[in-house]
Formats: sequence, structure tokens, C-alpha cells
Amino acid sequence: MLIKKGAEASLFLEEWQGQKVVMKRRLPKKYRLPEIDRRIRSYRTIHESQLLHHAKQAGVPTPTIFLIDLANSNIIMEFVEGKQLKQILEQLPPDERRDLNRHIGRLIGQLHHDGIIHGDLTTSNMILTPSDKVVFVDFGLGEKTVELELKGVDLHLMKRAYQSTHFRFAKDCFRAVLEGYALVVGGDEAKRVLDKIREIEQRGRYISERRKTEQ
Amino acid sequence: MQRDGSPHAFCLGIEATADDFSVGILSFEGTVLANVSIAFMSETGGIHPREAARHHAKVAGTAIIKAFQKANIGSQDVAVIAFSQGPGLGPCLRTGATAARALASYLDVPLVGVNHCVAHVEIGKLVTGAKDPTTLYVSGGNTIVSAFGGGRYRIFGETLDIAVGNCLDVFAREAGLCQTEGKPFGAIVEALAKEGEELVELPYSVKGMDMSFSGLLTAAVRSLKSRKHRLEDLCYSLQEQAFSMLTEVTERALAHTEKREILLTGGVGANRRLQTMLKTVAQEHGSRFCRVPTQYALDNGAMIAWTGILGFKHGLITPVEESFVRLKWRLDEVNVPWVEELC
Repeated sequence: MLIKKGAEASLFLEEWQGQKVVMKRRLPKKYRLPEIDRRIRSYRTIHESQLLHHAKQAGVPTPTIFLIDLANSNIIMEFVEGKQLKQILEQLPPDERRDLNRHIGRLIGQLHHDGIIHGDLTTSNMILTPSDKVVFVDFGLGEKTVELELKGVDLHLMKRAYQSTHFRFAKDCFRAVLEGYALVVGGDEAKRVLDKIREIEQRGRYISERRKTEQ
Repeated sequence: MQRDGSPHAFCLGIEATADDFSVGILSFEGTVLANVSIAFMSETGGIHPREAARHHAKVAGTAIIKAFQKANIGSQDVAVIAFSQGPGLGPCLRTGATAARALASYLDVPLVGVNHCVAHVEIGKLVTGAKDPTTLYVSGGNTIVSAFGGGRYRIFGETLDIAVGNCLDVFAREAGLCQTEGKPFGAIVEALAKEGEELVELPYSVKGMDMSFSGLLTAAVRSLKSRKHRLEDLCYSLQEQAFSMLTEVTERALAHTEKREILLTGGVGANRRLQTMLKTVAQEHGSRFCRVPTQYALDNGAMIAWTGILGFKHGLITPVEESFVRLKWRLDEVNVPWVEELC
């Protein structure tokens, strides 16, 4: 049964070896050339599987992988019960929202500390389980690296996700994320990453801070 | 003379953010009476801001008179003057703004400063009938995936460095190609790409929802200089790679926002290959693909006039002392109170 038709892959809820599993299928994209399509799909399938595993080792909950079918770009993994953060974030009371975001910041810190870049940090890709665990999913755009640049881009994406989807609370949410992040990676490293985020923002095309000096 | 939004009120819009000086005249219900563009053209490509501004200053009068003739109305019928206030090239914007201020004060009508990117979306909605689209706006200066939410057009993905049109233009220039009137670099690259057969490996750079084209350009230029590949193959590879990136991000935004329409606008939107890719995505998601016809997808005065009308109806008048141009005015900084909440 199709449970989510994403842009990049579709998730199917299946019965496998007597248990509920998620099958993540990277279906061929008709819009792009088969050569480009194959390259992107197989690259992302391998990397996602590796990163899901590495993330778990870094102490960040991720779905457990049961089977990788590279020929078809399929990953069979644990079905995580719960709600997408996107669905519940805005309904939470402010202090709970802050705590949750701090926790997310800590998890991102753990990933980065172990050299894992998620690559698509949005509130759609985090699941809050009934036991209050936050499970990170969709590492399809992730990378293994300790480069400061990519850590900055990763967190910049998170900030952008808040700004576009949860614009009412974007500032508070992201601040809490950074607080949690700093607790794990340390104040100095957090500052370096924050400076990087600012630098990345300055590279953007239309920046209000830069605008002031140009007028 | 009627100035209250009744059927005989008209708005004149001036667009001058980059290489086009364009004047549009629309009725308040959204009928386009005139859309006159005069382009600054340099064979070697690129836009020298001051040269373009000089061109705009020279043709402004002609364009305005032509627009009035075409619309067949008198200056007394104009109830509002709208102008593109940003983002864009400073000298060009200032020339357009000066013309707009002069007209508004001469005719003694209100002035409305319009965000160029908002205007692209609004005219697109007007001419295609799209209600609440996910928009891909791709041109020489902009690469933005946006959708409406909470009173503004939110940016879901954009370029982290250069615009996709810029990437194609610079590549074409590096390849020694020349553009001519009616055949811009984009069209030349598209024609060459049709003859391409072999895919040259180039970097694919999508970071979440954002894209980077500068690395792609560097790699393509390097392959070009290596003389190991046919130009046709490089154009083909460059297009396939860049447009796959654009389409992927648009599809992600569409899935994320759950909107039912894809709106394609901007100069690069004229590319058939990009259209085909987006059409495929729209079909797969049960969404409608809306392509803005080229005359309204390129920079044009009609889009400024129409957005000016929408703003004016909501009392968004720009006093002359606040009509300074905004070079880096982001799409998501602008409140758009006229868009009904659909989401």
C-alpha cells in the first residue's frame, strides 16, 4: 500500500516476514534521461542505507534496514509508528515545542559530530513516536563528511524549512535547535557552524542585510 | 475620469529591472491592452548595467507613447502608475523608477512599487488561470521555486549561487556563440542540445530544496576547453543536468506543499525540454501544468501593471519618498494580501 508519494521516492507499507515494513522505492523518473536517472537512484540507495546505519551508531534513532535491493533501488526497513514533526509542531505549547526543537538540535549535533550530513533536514523527515522518540528518516540526500561547509548547508536547510513551513515560529524553533546543537558539539564548534550559516546566507542572491549597505 | 477601481480605470506599469524596458497597460479587471517591450541587446551577451540604463532612458518615452497608442486610451484614463521597484540591476531600476515617478506626478495619480518576482507569479496566474500553484521561476537572474502560504509567496528552493539562465548564457558565451534579436543564448543552446547524442558527466547539485549551478557551469566550461566533446553534446548534457535539478526541486516542493498546479515562468521557461520534464511531473502528481506564454514569461510591463492593480486595490500605495529601488528585494519579504488563503 502506498503511504507516501514523495518527490524522490515512494514509500509502501508492506507485510514482510510477518511484520509491517516500509519499502522505499526509488522509482525511475520519467522526466530525466535513463543514464542520469540510474546514476542518481543507485547512488542515493547505497548512500541512504549506509547513512541510516551510521546515524544509528551515532545514537540517532533511524529505521532499521532489513533488505537492500540495489537492482531495483529498493530499501526494506522498519515501519516507524508516529507522526511527522510537520504535523504536530504547531499544535504544541511553546515550552514543549522548544524542548522538542532542542532535542532535534541535539540529534543533528550527534550526526554532525560523527561526520554525517542529513542533506534534507525538514520537519517532514522527522517522526515523533508514541514513546517520544524522534526518528530521523530519509537520508537520501545525505553525505559522510566533516566539512564545515556542509554542516552549515545542512542547518541552513533546517532553518529554511522552518521559514517556509512553520514561519510563525521559525525564529524560536531554530534558536532552540541551535541550543541543542551546541550542547552536543560544543560552543566553539556551534559558533563556527553558525558563522558558516550566516556566510551561506550572505551568498544568497537577495539579502536584506547586504541590501542596507548597498542603498 | 474614473480612479476608483470601476470598469474604466487603467494601470500603467513600467518594468526595467534588467535588459528590457517594458510598458504594460491593463484594465482593473485584468484585460491587457498593451505590453510593449524594448530590449537592450549586446551581441556578446551579458548586461552592462549602466549601458542598459542608458538604453532604457533613451527608449522610455517611445515605449510609453507606443503603449498608449496600442491601448488606445488617453493619459487621463490612467488611474495608477506601477513600477518594478526590485530586485534587479540598480541603474536599470532607477531609470524605470524615475520614469514612473515623473509620470505619476505629471498625471497626479498614485504610485505603486511592485516586486518583480511577485509580478511574475501574478501575471502567470492571470494569463494561465492557475489559482494556487507551485511556481518555478527561471530566468537569467532568478531561479526560484515558490508557493503561497501565510500571506506571502514562500521560497521553497532557490539557487545558492548563479541563476540557471545565467549558467546557460555564460556557457554559450564561453563557447563563442552570439545571440541575436529573437534568438537569445537560451534558444541557441536549446537548438544545439537537440543535436546532442552523448551524455557528458557533469555534477548534479541539489541540496535539499536548493540548487547550485556554478559548479555545473565550471565543469561544463572545463569540458568545453578540453576539446574532447562536441559542443552539441555539452549543450545537451548541460541542459539535461540543469533541468533535471530544477524539475526535481519543483517536484519536491509540489509534494511538500500538496498544491495542484505547477506554474512555469521566466525566460528559461521557453525551453521545450524543461517544459516536457515539468509536464511529466505534473501528470504523475495529478496536477495541472501551466506554462506562462513567452510574452508574459519574459520581463514585461503588463505583469507590473497587473500587480500594481492588485496592490492598489488593497491600498498599497508607495509614497514618492519611499519609492527608492530595492536591489535585493526578496520574493518572500512581500505581503500579498490579495491572495486568498487556499491552503
